[in-house]
Amino acid sequence: MSATPTLVARAGTFFHRYANPGRFLKLGARLQPWLTWPALLLTLAGLGWGLFFSPADWQQGDSVRIMYVHVPAAMLASAGYAGLALCAVLSLVWRHPLADLAAVEIGPVGACITALCLATGSLWGKPMWGTWWVWDARLTSVLVLFFLYLGHIALIRAFDDPQRGYKAAAILALAGAVDLPVIKFSVQWWNTLHQPDSITLTGAPTMSSSMLWPLALSTLGFSLGFAAIVLARTRAAVMESRIRSLLSSPRRRGGSASGDAA
Amino acid sequence: MTRKTRRLWLVIACVACLGAAAALMLKAFSSDIVFFVTPSQVLASAPPADRTVRLGGMVVAGSVKREKQGETPIARFDVTDGQAAVTVRYEGILPDLFREGQSVVAVGTMQKDGFVASEVLAKHDETYMPKEVAEALKKSGKWDPRFGAPPSAASWNSMTVQDAKKDLAPSAAPATPAPASAPAGN
Repeated sequence: MSATPTLVARAGTFFHRYANPGRFLKLGARLQPWLTWPALLLTLAGLGWGLFFSPADWQQGDSVRIMYVHVPAAMLASAGYAGLALCAVLSLVWRHPLADLAAVEIGPVGACITALCLATGSLWGKPMWGTWWVWDARLTSVLVLFFLYLGHIALIRAFDDPQRGYKAAAILALAGAVDLPVIKFSVQWWNTLHQPDSITLTGAPTMSSSMLWPLALSTLGFSLGFAAIVLARTRAAVMESRIRSLLSSPRRRGGSASGDAA
Repeated sequence: MTRKTRRLWLVIACVACLGAAAALMLKAFSSDIVFFVTPSQVLASAPPADRTVRLGGMVVAGSVKREKQGETPIARFDVTDGQAAVTVRYEGILPDLFREGQSVVAVGTMQKDGFVASEVLAKHDETYMPKEVAEALKKSGKWDPRFGAPPSAASWNSMTVQDAKKDLAPSAAPATPAPASAPAGN
C-alpha cells in the first residue's frame, strides 16, 4: 500500500507533463501530418486492395468485400469507447482538463464509426443471412454501444457549467465500459447469428492470407484516421478554450494566458 | 493516502461492483440471451405449438428435399446439433447461403409432425477463403463442406489462389463434372 501513493503521484506528473495544453499543442502539430497522411494512404491502399484485387469468398462471393469496411469500423467502435473510458479515469482521478476536452471530441467520431459498423453490418446481413437485423447478443450489444455514445455526446454538453457535464459524462463513460467485454465475448458466451471471431490471439486466423493482408492494411488506416480526426478536433478545442479564456478575462492578457487555458 | 489515490480506488471499486452486477445479470438472463435453441433442447422439452422459437443447427447432408406446390417452393430438411435432428418444413425461397452442411436458424413453431418454419436464416461460419482454395481442399479430400467445418486454419490460410490453381490444374480437363457438382449442395 505504501508504494501506491508515489505511483499514483508519479503517474499524475507524467500525465501532467504531456497534458500541459501548450506542450500538447506543440506535440500535436508535429504529430498531425504523421497521422493524417499514412491514414489516407493506408486506407486507400487497403480498401483498393480489398475491394478490387483480393479474391472473392468461396461461399459469400463478392459480398465478403463489405468486411474491409465493417471489421475496421467495428474494432474502432470498441477501441474509441475504450479511449473514452480512459479519458474518464484521467478526468475523475487526476482532474485532467485535457482528458475532458478529448472526451468531448472522441464522442461524435466514435458514434459515427459505430453507425458505419451497424450500417455495413446490416447491408452485409441481408444478402448473406437473409435479414437486415436480428436481436442476437452481438448486434444488440453494439447497438447499446451506439446509444451509449449518443448519451455521452448529449450529457457532456447538457450543463451550463461544463465541469458538471464533464463529470457526469465521465461516470457514464466508465459505467458504459461494461458493454465492451460483452461485445467482445458475446459470440462465445451465447449462441448468436453473428459468427465468432476469425482473428484470435490463440489460434491461426481462419481467413486466407490473401484477404487478411488487405484487412490488416485497412484496419491500420482506419485506426490512424480515427486518431488523426480526434487529434485535430482536440487541438481545435484547446485553441478554442484558450481564445475563450482570453476573451472572457481581458485583464489577464499576454504571457499568462498559456498557463490557464482550458 | 492522497485525495487522488482515494479517488482512484473509489473509481476502481465502482467499476468492479458495476462489472460484477452486470456479469450476474447476464448470467441470470443467459437462457434468454441465446439467439436459438438446439434440436436436442427442442426434443427434450417441446415448446407449445403456438410459441415461436428459433431452431439452430446444421443442415444434415442428403436430407434436403425440394418440391413445388403450384408456384411456392417447399423445402424439407433435417437440422442437427450432432446429438439430435429435427425435420424442418419451409415454404418459400431459401437464402443463397443455404446448403447441406451449412448452419441455419429456422424461425417457426414446433408441430406434431416436425418444425414448421416461417423464416430461414443462413448462418455462415468464421472461415474466409477464395473459391480456388476451397476447391483444392475439397479435391484433396481434406474437406467436404457437406459435413461441417474445414480443417485447421494453419493448413490452408497461407495457400494462394495460384497454389490452389496448380493443385487443380492437372485433372481439370477430365474432371469437368467436379465444378458443376460443387454448387449442387446448394
